[in-house]
Amino acid sequence: MSTSIGIGAVVSRSLQVRAKGGETSPRSLAFLAALWFCLLFALLFLVVLIVTTLIEGAPRLDARLFTEYPASNPERAGARPAIIGSLWVIGTTTLMAIPLGIAAAIHLEEFADKKSRINRVVELNVQNLAAIPSIVYGMLTLAVLGILGITNKNMVWVGALALAMLILPVIIIATREALRAVPAEIRQGSLALGASPLQTVLRNTLPAAVPGIATGAILALSRALGEAAPLLLLGGLVYLTFDPNGLASGYTVMPIQIFNWTGRPQEGFHVLAAATSILLLALLLAMNALAIFIRNRYQQRW
Amino acid sequence: MTTLLGTRSPAAPSPTSLHGRPRPLDAAVRLVFRIAAVLTILITAGIVVALLVPSLQFFAEVPVWDFLFGTRWAPRFADASFGVLPLVTASAWTTAIALAFAVPLGLGAATFLSEYAHPRLRKVLKPVLEVLAGIPTVVYGYFAVQFVQGTVLREWFEWETGSFSVLAAGFVMGVMIIPTIASLSEDAMSAVPNSMRQGSAALGANRMQTSLRVVVPAALSGIVAAIILGVSRAVGETMIVALAAGQQARIVGGPLEAGQTMTAFIANAALGDSRVGSLEYNTLFAVGLLLFLLTLVVNMISIAIVRRFREAY
Repeated sequence: MSTSIGIGAVVSRSLQVRAKGGETSPRSLAFLAALWFCLLFALLFLVVLIVTTLIEGAPRLDARLFTEYPASNPERAGARPAIIGSLWVIGTTTLMAIPLGIAAAIHLEEFADKKSRINRVVELNVQNLAAIPSIVYGMLTLAVLGILGITNKNMVWVGALALAMLILPVIIIATREALRAVPAEIRQGSLALGASPLQTVLRNTLPAAVPGIATGAILALSRALGEAAPLLLLGGLVYLTFDPNGLASGYTVMPIQIFNWTGRPQEGFHVLAAATSILLLALLLAMNALAIFIRNRYQQRW
Repeated sequence: MTTLLGTRSPAAPSPTSLHGRPRPLDAAVRLVFRIAAVLTILITAGIVVALLVPSLQFFAEVPVWDFLFGTRWAPRFADASFGVLPLVTASAWTTAIALAFAVPLGLGAATFLSEYAHPRLRKVLKPVLEVLAGIPTVVYGYFAVQFVQGTVLREWFEWETGSFSVLAAGFVMGVMIIPTIASLSEDAMSAVPNSMRQGSAALGANRMQTSLRVVVPAALSGIVAAIILGVSRAVGETMIVALAAGQQARIVGGPLEAGQTMTAFIANAALGDSRVGSLEYNTLFAVGLLLFLLTLVVNMISIAIVRRFREAY
């Protein structure tokens, strides 16, 4: 294809510039410096973001953040319902999305006939779902509630449903990759010993893929934990003065609390937004670290 | 690549069947797996129906032409006007600014990781870069409006800009999509076979020349797909633009102006309680449909490019 032409062009051009060549020519060094700059810029941005948020939020990163409810006076306000709400919503999302995602991935990777048209459509569809804007999932859930005639949108399970649909494709893709990495010999060995295809998957392939699945699932859940857009559509922005305590309970979550406080004019609320951001970032970094730890520690290489 | 099904199906029926006894429980469990997979199609179908039905009601009242090419967006005013162009220009500005930062920075980072970095250095740098992708967008939005717009643009640079600008939102969004572009481009560049690099070096090219004239052209399809995916993420991003780009729907003329993007309109309109079936409620879905179609086209192009060229080597 075009590569052969590309190589031809490279040959002729390389011969021309050979005299200038060398890894230490000024142009070459400038190029390397530019590449370093690209990486350092991204890392510097990360550091500035964390440090400025930390400085801004430090005064309110105290016990009151965990014990107080939102209030009109920033000095007396806290994020308690949002923190508890986030735990409820993420817990429910986990229960909805992970079993379903793993089941779908097992079908696609282990049982589906790769040549059949419908399965190719399903595959393409999963890839596309993973790239749909998160707010669209909020609209889908909103429309479903409209059809069902449910007017009270502010319920834990509603928010969790939107987030579960959002992360489902991510979990499916991660699980499929983990299953694909398990060598065929393991399946063949199991089948040769008389296990049925289902026994093979459940007792051999799936256990071998658990570290990869766990890594993918944790990363997907951390995405759901930081997501606010679909929940904005689902009445997640409320003034809550009680702890969320059940699937049908009212809720708000940390990202929405941050959004709400950032939009207020008083400086005190910005401090609260920064403090809650730090808390959320700490949680997410811990989840990321756990995912990387599992990947490095338990993932087998065949 | 052999699936279980592939290894199981016998080439010809033999007297001793290799299928074993029928297992109804197995069949039932496998049916559950199959249903889970088909559910993903239901989600897509649900999205299409959910967006289409209210949109059709909307277009029964507002002509499509007025919606797509009208230049005044004022759905809540007494003399309501539904020209979506102001929202589209704001989305276009933030997306273009985001790409102006993310494409060079992301490709530079990818080239470094793929062509220059020692494997050990790469093992450290990649997860750190991926942390950028894991930061909640609402935290980015807070940072964009408080630090980038409030402190950097207004206090340090002393530029004439209000509380919001598409520049601050676009810049921060650009940094957000650096990991997307860098990671996918790096995958594409790492997949270029080493023999091509060796061939280039044998002809006297140095590393810069090899990277720019051999590896990047060979990985171009993957790189283009990565950039297109970045576009899709930038168009669909909500919280950063809702916080930092502003909430006035008007045609954006420059990077220091504020503007309401399509996603910011949806997020903002949803805060008010609009009755199901009202024109206000349907407006939300008409904009949502436009957003969905835009990202769908962009995603399909990206997936098609990757599929078409993935197994070139």
